Amino acid sequence: MKKIEAIVRPERLEAVKEALGKFGIHGMTVSQVMGCGTQKGRTEVYRGHEYSINLLPKVKIEIVLRDQEVEKVIEVIAAAARTGQAGDGKIFVCPAENAVRVRTGEQGDAAV
Amino acid sequence: MKRFLFTGLFALFLSLIPGVAWAATATVDTGDTAWVLASTALVMLMTPGLALFYGGMVRKQNVLNTIMLSFIVLGLVSVQWVLCGYSLAFGPDQGHVIGGLSWLGLKGVGLEPNADYAGTIPHQAFMAFQLMFAIITVALISGAVVERMRFPAFLAFALLWTTLVYDPLAHWVWGVGGWLRNLGALDFAGGTVVHISSGVSALVAALVLGRRRGYGAEPMLPHNLPLTVLGAALLWFGWFGFNAGSALAANGLAASAFVVTNTAAAAAALSWVLAEWLHHGKPTVLGAASGCVAGLVAITPASGFVGPLPAVVIGLVAGVICYLAVAVLKPRLGYDDALDAFGVHGVGGTWGALATGLFASKAINAAGADGLFFGNPAQLGPQAVGVVATWVFAALATFVILKVVGLFTPLRAADEEETLGLDLTQHGEEAYRGLAL
Repeated sequence: MKKIEAIVRPERLEAVKEALGKFGIHGMTVSQVMGCGTQKGRTEVYRGHEYSINLLPKVKIEIVLRDQEVEKVIEVIAAAARTGQAGDGKIFVCPAENAVRVRTGEQGDAAV
Repeated sequence: MKRFLFTGLFALFLSLIPGVAWAATATVDTGDTAWVLASTALVMLMTPGLALFYGGMVRKQNVLNTIMLSFIVLGLVSVQWVLCGYSLAFGPDQGHVIGGLSWLGLKGVGLEPNADYAGTIPHQAFMAFQLMFAIITVALISGAVVERMRFPAFLAFALLWTTLVYDPLAHWVWGVGGWLRNLGALDFAGGTVVHISSGVSALVAALVLGRRRGYGAEPMLPHNLPLTVLGAALLWFGWFGFNAGSALAANGLAASAFVVTNTAAAAAALSWVLAEWLHHGKPTVLGAASGCVAGLVAITPASGFVGPLPAVVIGLVAGVICYLAVAVLKPRLGYDDALDAFGVHGVGGTWGALATGLFASKAINAAGADGLFFGNPAQLGPQAVGVVATWVFAALATFVILKVVGLFTPLRAADEEETLGLDLTQHGEEAYRGLAL
């Protein structure tokens, strides 16, 4: 099992969800997060004062998958989240030791 | 017989209602009274509008405290005004500097008109209208001290300031026998009394309190600009009561004040946005909201004395100079007037008071005076005296009041309280539960 953490633009969330749905992935955890990377923030102006905003709002999507699904899901998310501009986000893959379905007590791949 | 009996009983019933007794007298005009009461309600709405205007501009951990500083003043000054404030401001003159104490608790302030102030509306209607001005004036000052002033200290300051600064100033300018009124200084709806006094006091309060933790080193951004725009819109709306209501009658002067109020607000919104567009490359919504308020401030003293074209000039200039005050002057001098109460109200009010001496015309208001551009440069004299006197008095009195309050309770939140935010530490409440960012 693997856990995918995809950090993407908030405005691409719906496209990513739709693409994952077509691939048969419906379970996910989504959080609003702030982050910075190569996009390097932006400048905002309030009453004539300029502020550099380094942390930008992003969305983090967490999905736990069977090993064989990982590569394809990464492709699906990357394709749906991509705009081609700096700030499109990153996808991290982490090992997941186990999963437990709370309702039934199933564990491992059966619980994913 | 039955009809006769019914009519008689009805007449007896009417005679028992106090309102009907005064309505039967010839001096109260129902149209004037309706307009002034409606205006009173409009001006009342400005203070919660100000709360939203200010509330949207602070960081989210301080929005409730910022709103509270305006909202609690509605309670505090309403009671103070009835107990002593109205008497001190408008009561029988004492040495041309303050009203007497004979109207304490509104004793003698009844339902008959007081011809000295407004001959066609109940005296209590005039009192209530003036109350709303007293409320918003002290609330305006809070814009300079938000995000760091402790609530108990603000309460004490607000009570003392409104009693020791606002009430005497209102008497100087509007009270019968007040020395600025006798001097011929024109202030139709409170440019000096409301805006210069609150703006200058705000600057002094910002200096006495010191800058917020991290000011200049970390961004302190508005957390909800739609709230601010809603507040600005409510201010603009309520300002029609503020200025057009100051005619104290439903007449042509009220209509004129209404028109110039809207015109100046519109012109200043445009010029502020244009100034920042040229200066920083973007026309911002906050700029449009700030600009309209600057225009409303500037036209206030002049609103009963100038025509529409001078209103355009007053508004255009107000938008630019207030923008320069907050975008250029403030960073150069380094003071932390958090929400620019001085930059908008102090600077805009000063411009408006002087502009009244430039553009006033007896053709608009025969009870006023001509200004410089209408053949009477001498009018600039009393206007300047009013400005200087208000600056000096408000600044000194605010400094002393804050120092005295500081002897009894700390003015500033502790570092940890400021970091956590004043909503939690002063009120035990959160505006947006569960939002960490």
